[in-house]
Amino acid sequence: MTEKSRLLKAWEWHEQRLPIGHWLDHSLGSKYPAPKNLNYWWNFGSLALFMLVLMIITGVFLAMNYTAHTSMAFDSVERIMRDVNNGWLIRYMHANGASFFFIVVYIHIFRGLYYGSYKPPREVLWWMGVIIYLLMMATAFMGYVLPWGQMSFWGATVITNLFSAIPGVGDAIVTLLWGGFSVDNPTLNRFFALHYLLPFVIVGVVVLHVWALHIPGSNNPLGIEAAPADKIPFFPYYYAKDAVGLGVFLVVMFAVVFWLPNAMGHPLNYEKANPLVTPPHIVPEWYYLPFYAILRAIPDKLLGVIAMFGSILILFVLPWLDRHPVRSATFRPIFKIFFWVFLANGIMLGWCGSQLAEGLPLILSRVGTFWYFFHFIVLLPLLSWVETPKPLPASISQPVLSPAMKPAE
Amino acid sequence: MANTAHAHAAAAQGETRRDFLLHSTIAVGAVGGAMMVWPLIHSMNPAADTLSLSTTEFSVAGIAEGSGITVVWRGKPVFVRHRTAAEIETAKKDDTADLRDPQTDAVRAQKPDFLILVGICTHLGCIPLGMKATEPRGDFGGWFCPCHGSHYDTSGRIRRGPAPANLEVPPYTFLSDTTVRIG
Repeated sequence: MTEKSRLLKAWEWHEQRLPIGHWLDHSLGSKYPAPKNLNYWWNFGSLALFMLVLMIITGVFLAMNYTAHTSMAFDSVERIMRDVNNGWLIRYMHANGASFFFIVVYIHIFRGLYYGSYKPPREVLWWMGVIIYLLMMATAFMGYVLPWGQMSFWGATVITNLFSAIPGVGDAIVTLLWGGFSVDNPTLNRFFALHYLLPFVIVGVVVLHVWALHIPGSNNPLGIEAAPADKIPFFPYYYAKDAVGLGVFLVVMFAVVFWLPNAMGHPLNYEKANPLVTPPHIVPEWYYLPFYAILRAIPDKLLGVIAMFGSILILFVLPWLDRHPVRSATFRPIFKIFFWVFLANGIMLGWCGSQLAEGLPLILSRVGTFWYFFHFIVLLPLLSWVETPKPLPASISQPVLSPAMKPAE
Repeated sequence: MANTAHAHAAAAQGETRRDFLLHSTIAVGAVGGAMMVWPLIHSMNPAADTLSLSTTEFSVAGIAEGSGITVVWRGKPVFVRHRTAAEIETAKKDDTADLRDPQTDAVRAQKPDFLILVGICTHLGCIPLGMKATEPRGDFGGWFCPCHGSHYDTSGRIRRGPAPANLEVPPYTFLSDTTVRIG
């Protein structure tokens, strides 16, 4: 008996008792058939998983050197930067990794919006994604508080104060969140505990997300059902394709980590938290800016908070707002225009969120907020009703095999 | 089609362009992964501020004969005992005794009066007793480890019990007659 077959036998013995290889092969391997026409926009799901793993690994090593106490947190982060071996690299990977994780996830979400990936039968898959997004925002927010700089402290103060808008019990809830009467050591301690916990909750929801993905299988750029003949095994085909995208992505990310590590951060967070001085202009991290603009667009505390949370929660009912039977924007010329308008509007709201809330930015953030909700509540239901789609191909192979019948797109 | 023909020709020889690309991709990925793992693991090694604590200076001027002090070096206790003439004599006499970890007293003490040892039992890291007058010093008049019963003599050598080696002598220098730097 050769050495190799002995190893193989041992592996099979183990598989009969705990079929973990079988499970992985069916989840993300050669037994998962994926449509053969997936383009590079489909790369961002595996990139998001890569980023989640990278964030957990770098985060665990940072936690080994971090002290969650108001009198030591700032200095312990500076010690990571100056004294811990490669601490600067690990911290810059984690801090910029958060931004790149959001870049990846935003592209992943907008890919789903463009190709109608939220439509039946993928509504629960979409819900799991929205839950992951919400958990990511909570995790990133609490992580940003940990270095205990000025932006950390005042960001924590402002965001927790959002809950004070709730009538009647608002103040009691904020006191509960703080564990005191201001953002202080108890707040920092619990934020650290939760910041360490939530990524593992995200891992759990990612498992559900992938599970829900496997019931109908992946959507594709044409948005039509993929026949078994039009599918290829996820391994090795999409491993190879995703590896190309991962390589390009890592080049970009590490260019930022090495040469522009503070480009997406705020210099004020290198100043230690001072509970007695609010910085003149506090802004959240860039990935919250559109929602921050919505919050400030509305001149009423409670309604502003409702609009801000509503702007994300509305994603849960998106499958019932856009009831158009055709998924892919490729075959919906009017929807496609408004998709790009919506994206541009989101970027404009982000810019508004970075400016002082007065003058032109305030006017634009009001227009943008109106358009954001108009898109979901009026436009999408209306288009589901009136838009005539272009003719759909009969199968994924058909446009390639008989180009005469290829749609205009 | 020329490429296809070429690939077929190569495949006939058992080597293809695709094999080369696959293997070089895996190799680059593996090297890249390993290059990422090292900074993470190295971050667990002592940091610059920890390494900067690696020396300790103290004075032996105030230590009465027959007693000792414990100083901290790298977070570890270091025993400094001002030995009596009788203790030194016993230690030198026992140079020829049946020792588990044979060492002469002259090697273990730069100045016979002052014995300087890392106060950590070489068995499993407890701190042996014997620095205070009220503590037991074991059957050989040196130190006694209460965790698992190791006895050390007046030169800090292991004489009985489970410990495999003598109490460690740290690197030290006498900067003057009374000032010592460890590390």
